[in-house]
Amino acid sequence: MPTDADLASVPPEGTDPEVRPSPDAANAGAGPHPTGLGAPRAGGGHHLPPGGDDVLLNGWGRTAPTRARRHVPLSADEVGAIVDAADRRGVIARGLGRSYGDAAQNAGGLVIDTDALSGVLDSDLDPTQGRGSISVAAGTSLDELMHWLVPRGWFVPVTPGTRFVTVGGAIAADIHGKNHHAEGSFCEHVTSMTLRTGDGETRILTPSGSPEEFWATAGGLGLTGVVLDATFDLIPLETAFLTVDAERAADLDDLMARMVDGDERYRYSVAWIDCLATGRSLGRGVLTRGDHAKLSDLPFHRRPQARSFKPASLFSVPGTAPPGLVNPLTVRAFNEVWFRKAPRRRRGHIESIPWFFHPLDGILDWNRLYGPRGFLQYQFVVPTAAGETVRHVIEKLSRAGTASFLGVIKRFRPGNPGPLSFPTEGWTLALDIPIGRPGLGPLLDDLDELVVEAGGRIYLAKDSRLRPELMAAMYPRLDDWREVRSKLDPAGVFRSDLSRRLGL
Amino acid sequence: MNDALGSVQSALVIGGSSDIGVATARALAGRGCRRIVLAGRDLDAMRARLPSIHDAGAAETDVVPFDALDTDSHESFVEDVFGRHHDFDVVLVAFGVLGDQAKAESDGAAAVHVAMVNYVGAMSVMVAAAKALRRQGHGVLVVLSSVAGERARRSNFVYGSSKAGIDAFAQGLADSLVGTGARVMVVRPGFVKSKMTEGEEPAPLATTPEAVAEAIVGGLGSGATTVWVPSKMRWVMSALRHLPRPVFRRLPI
Repeated sequence: MPTDADLASVPPEGTDPEVRPSPDAANAGAGPHPTGLGAPRAGGGHHLPPGGDDVLLNGWGRTAPTRARRHVPLSADEVGAIVDAADRRGVIARGLGRSYGDAAQNAGGLVIDTDALSGVLDSDLDPTQGRGSISVAAGTSLDELMHWLVPRGWFVPVTPGTRFVTVGGAIAADIHGKNHHAEGSFCEHVTSMTLRTGDGETRILTPSGSPEEFWATAGGLGLTGVVLDATFDLIPLETAFLTVDAERAADLDDLMARMVDGDERYRYSVAWIDCLATGRSLGRGVLTRGDHAKLSDLPFHRRPQARSFKPASLFSVPGTAPPGLVNPLTVRAFNEVWFRKAPRRRRGHIESIPWFFHPLDGILDWNRLYGPRGFLQYQFVVPTAAGETVRHVIEKLSRAGTASFLGVIKRFRPGNPGPLSFPTEGWTLALDIPIGRPGLGPLLDDLDELVVEAGGRIYLAKDSRLRPELMAAMYPRLDDWREVRSKLDPAGVFRSDLSRRLGL
Repeated sequence: MNDALGSVQSALVIGGSSDIGVATARALAGRGCRRIVLAGRDLDAMRARLPSIHDAGAAETDVVPFDALDTDSHESFVEDVFGRHHDFDVVLVAFGVLGDQAKAESDGAAAVHVAMVNYVGAMSVMVAAAKALRRQGHGVLVVLSSVAGERARRSNFVYGSSKAGIDAFAQGLADSLVGTGARVMVVRPGFVKSKMTEGEEPAPLATTPEAVAEAIVGGLGSGATTVWVPSKMRWVMSALRHLPRPVFRRLPI
């Protein structure tokens, strides 16, 4: 793996005829096609490595499945061979499939499953200085990383609400976590990454050496290339626990005021919000904020095992979960209990990493709870001054009786140079909404208009239904991104269902 | 691409001057479908319908020639239109003829014509369209069947048998497409007041092309495999299906 920190282009892999068979041998090595579904490989001119299977893929929301040919490459060379063999239906990399919508599926084309490209490549940990960084293959999951890092006294710079995302996916979505208001998004901690692009090159991208390519890839939804590996900074920890302050807020104004007032004092901050509460309680919620616990914060009996990281799964949702479990009645009941059980005010509560960051990871396949038709997540950000838009969105949803099991609100600090990176300064609200209620499409279209009017945007990694017309208004630097992308991928090899749907 | 809520962005309407075809094109355009291609014999008639589809919201429209009886051309027709316009999220097979039942009972050629258009022609183009959808890994093939195909009636069994044939074919095709990303939706309208039924006495529960179009849009959204229009036709037909023959024969339908 090249380690040169500056932009460096190495010659395309496999120019040796022994490695890359001639174009007229196309398809010869792909073997008989079991179901006869494979598209004729008119493009590329290079043949696919053997293996691969036809699979129906969908996102975490379990909507809009499409069929693709999935390959599980074992090396960077194999990734290159698959990219070079892609025809006009294109290729996209897929990690653990946690994007809610269609970002990591590619109908009729190729999908590179990065499962086998995993592991720690290098690390530079200096506890005395409190500085550490790590290089990992792109298919490494944050779960694997935490198992490796936490006992050693380190933590990932950013974690989303699930550990089951890969580093490649974290870059492609430029994920954020509860510390965005303090420490920004994942890519702001990445110091270098290796990208296999559609022009046959393998590039090493750094924020200083190749800012355009680096930031087009940060949040670029995998459309600039396949991330092969990445190097990023870590944060030191003394324990595998957090000290958490929790407080209830009676309504949205109260909640926002508390967040504006106190977030600076905490590294992590997020609020759960009851989207079915109406009238005076509209926007009531529970605010939890904290930081990694020091050894001295722990009770004595926990100190010997202070950095033990053993997340447990409580149970798995069966594939036969009936439709309609998540409905306004069950959500209202859940929300009531969740709100009431939260303490009015509690300081310094000790919580484990999984409990604080990834509570839903304790329930395997929780997305099945939404039944066969699946669900979507609606997440937007609006500028700080447009807090009223958050209220309007909640009001509209509440009035429509649209059940949102999980409503989460948080503040972002200003964003980074990534043209498609989602976070910008302001309020972000994320809502899980079951599919099925008639009129949901037009309702969300209306919400999009509110968001655009306020100068906000939708999180593309979670989107499964945005209309392409609004892309340019939400991401004003879309054309800048397109320009860099067409340089990195002149033939438009990287494609996904999302890129087709949004015309990216 | 279709989205999580079943909205589609592109549609190919085969039988593009039929009232149901045009009504469906308009309904889809009103829900965000940007690209609509009409295919049929009468290019001028189809062109005349384009402005209304455009006004309903489709940014990109086109007409292409298609002849149901020229089955040899169907595969190249599908290849061309998919090649020129790329993916289609929906392919709607909306052509058909009612035929003259009385004539068809004594004139074999008239009966064969109905079967050739409604059954053979539809089957032929569906084979080609299913292949294209399988290859692109997504998309819905929507076919207009009829309640008349559910149980052959004395008054229109030639038409009814052709719809029974295409209905059975479509169900089998649907099963063959499981796991490919493509799917089939069978639409079974009752009596539809349209050009095709002009001069006919409307049957009970008669419906309109617009209602059929809405039902198709609804079925795309819910992922339905069979859509009845009006929806209570389903229960009416499941009762009629079990009536003894002598009784069924005497019903004034």
